[in-house]
Amino acid sequence: MDPYLLDGVDFGDVVLSVAKAILAFVICLVATMFMVWFERKVVSRLQNRIGPNTSGPFGILQTLMDGIKLFFKEDNIPKEADPFVFRLAPYLSLIPAFLTFTLIPLGGDFNNGNDGAVTVFGRETFLQVADPPVGILFFLAMSSLGIYGIMLAGWASGSKYPLLGSVRASAQAISYEAALGLSLAAVVLVTGGLSMNSIVMQQAGEGFGGIIPNFNIIVTGFIPFAVFLIAGTAELNRPPFDLVEAEQELVGGFHTEYSGIRFALFFLAEFMNTVTMAAIIVTLFFGGPAGPAFLGSTLGWLTGMFWFLLKLLVFLFAFVWFRASLPRFRYDQLMSLGWKLLIPLSLGWLLVLAGIRVARNGDLGIADSAFGDTLIVIGVAFAILLIGMYVLRSAMTNARRDRLIAAGFNPREVN
Amino acid sequence: MSEFLRQYLLVAVFGGLAFGLVAALIGAASLFRPSRPSTGKVENYESGVDPVGSSWSQSQIRYYIFALLFVMFDVEAVFIFPWAARLEAFGFFGLVEMMIFIFILALGLAYAWRKGVLRWA
Amino acid sequence: MANLLLLGQQTGNSWDLPANIAFYVIAVIAIGSALRMVTTNNVVHSALYLLLVLSSVAAVYILLGAEFVAATQVLVYIGAILVLLIFGVMLTRARIGIDDDLNYEQRWIGLGVSSLLFVVIAYSLWDFYGSDTRLVGYEPQRTREVADSIFSTYIVPFEAISVLLLAALIGAVVVARRD
Repeated sequence: MDPYLLDGVDFGDVVLSVAKAILAFVICLVATMFMVWFERKVVSRLQNRIGPNTSGPFGILQTLMDGIKLFFKEDNIPKEADPFVFRLAPYLSLIPAFLTFTLIPLGGDFNNGNDGAVTVFGRETFLQVADPPVGILFFLAMSSLGIYGIMLAGWASGSKYPLLGSVRASAQAISYEAALGLSLAAVVLVTGGLSMNSIVMQQAGEGFGGIIPNFNIIVTGFIPFAVFLIAGTAELNRPPFDLVEAEQELVGGFHTEYSGIRFALFFLAEFMNTVTMAAIIVTLFFGGPAGPAFLGSTLGWLTGMFWFLLKLLVFLFAFVWFRASLPRFRYDQLMSLGWKLLIPLSLGWLLVLAGIRVARNGDLGIADSAFGDTLIVIGVAFAILLIGMYVLRSAMTNARRDRLIAAGFNPREVN
Repeated sequence: MSEFLRQYLLVAVFGGLAFGLVAALIGAASLFRPSRPSTGKVENYESGVDPVGSSWSQSQIRYYIFALLFVMFDVEAVFIFPWAARLEAFGFFGLVEMMIFIFILALGLAYAWRKGVLRWA
Repeated sequence: MANLLLLGQQTGNSWDLPANIAFYVIAVIAIGSALRMVTTNNVVHSALYLLLVLSSVAAVYILLGAEFVAATQVLVYIGAILVLLIFGVMLTRARIGIDDDLNYEQRWIGLGVSSLLFVVIAYSLWDFYGSDTRLVGYEPQRTREVADSIFSTYIVPFEAISVLLLAALIGAVVVARRD
């Protein structure tokens, strides 16, 4: 809970709240516009092109110019469209994108057991618009609301390809949202709480050997992070999971019929979601504003902001890198990856982590010591993994053989 | 108003700002942008050729199955979160409870897998 | 009687005015969109109004300090079940949109059933709380408390849910399979 809200509220608190909201709003917008430029620039360099270079230094004003251009373009509503829902859809896709950003701790000093609170005008406050105790669930709720923008945009267009694109998009989003949620459970398990501030605080301390940071990517054993990164990319409909707007198949996807400023808003929402997802990854798995503990906090609360922005940039780059280097998935591969690999993997890993934790606390009582229990849990998990892999492999071989025989192959030639 | 609600008030204000931004952009653009409607412009876009047939298509049942699977795992996730936050207190008993829960739901996934509905043919 | 219209009476006689205003605004939105939901001729508009109803209910949960329930409401009902509903509609109707025969013929029976339900719920609430209209939002319920009650008092329903979900899935798979 943000400390400045605890007692009664006076005029200064209201000013502080409004200032925080406006600051976060501006950061969110600027970061999004930066991301549009950054993506185009980096993709260009990776593809041996120059990219935007005329508007402003290094073409940095390109996004603004594009925005201005789209602002003055004619707005077109197709005659088959449902006018009300057609107009509503951009709101539904942009507002959840903004709301998720309220959860992100943008800075603050988390070293030496500090909780990241910053003193402004004599008031202690987090550099975070709100810190609801159910933070992670709030994030998941907002990302499930984001589906509606896409779904309704596609439906309201009254046109074939947008409808197909939006149905695909929503099926993809719900498939990966399950994996997204289950991989986050591991973070909750090691933190013991759901609020973003407590998650960052938990990661801020000294980790193994004093040099390796205590970040969740290490504490939860990398797999939840990998699952979250893949599922997050899929949830954003970014390459290599951009089947939603596969231009070879679906024209432009759900926003084909949109033009002018409404199209620009969908575009903005997409990039804002990318920035927010990168920020969430940084917060949940890389300590957010908490830097490596042994480096201390020489700049005070600015240290936190520095680390946060640095890590954010790394992940924004990673998203662009994915786009430039990975080919697009096929739809069947996409669904298989989500349901047959990511979900079982994150569930199994969660149980292993939980088992290790229970054993380490000495609640298991199989062996003589907590350490012995931990070893037993790891051994059992490993055995189950091997057996599971064997069963899965033979099941898949069998299924494949059955299918080949059903397709008219000679049973003897099929091995 | 409790401190708890003040927090959500801030979230609501933030949402209001976002709504205001979208409304202002669309509203302001309507003052400046040209409007020269024609019959061609309001046709559906189908790569430049005249639209063919109805624009509505019936979706397939597998989307429904995936949505139902999602409901299952979403409910599961909702129960896993509070459990994970309190595992330290529940200890071994809590672990077994959750294992049973996950096992039963995993059976559902395995069943769907076995019956081939996860296959996007 | 006036007491009943104001929520959030604390130990003193202070009304939580902002929370009261918020409650009534939300309540009006919820009831209005619920009415529009059953009267509109367009299936997708109906789904949108349902979205609004469910979100308002989530907002009421937040006012009551039950934010875990609110998050669950959005996550499960809006994020999953409503999507399922829309997919179901897309599945059964080739064309979704305005539909003149959408209005259910037996709507008067439906009206009777829902009025009866309203009376029953209103009576039981009245019976239980009487004129005690305090908001519980002053002590927000923590996720930990929710966890403690699920995994001790309500452990059997918790495990039963998994079986219920399994049954629903198996049913859908059986219906969906071609052979």
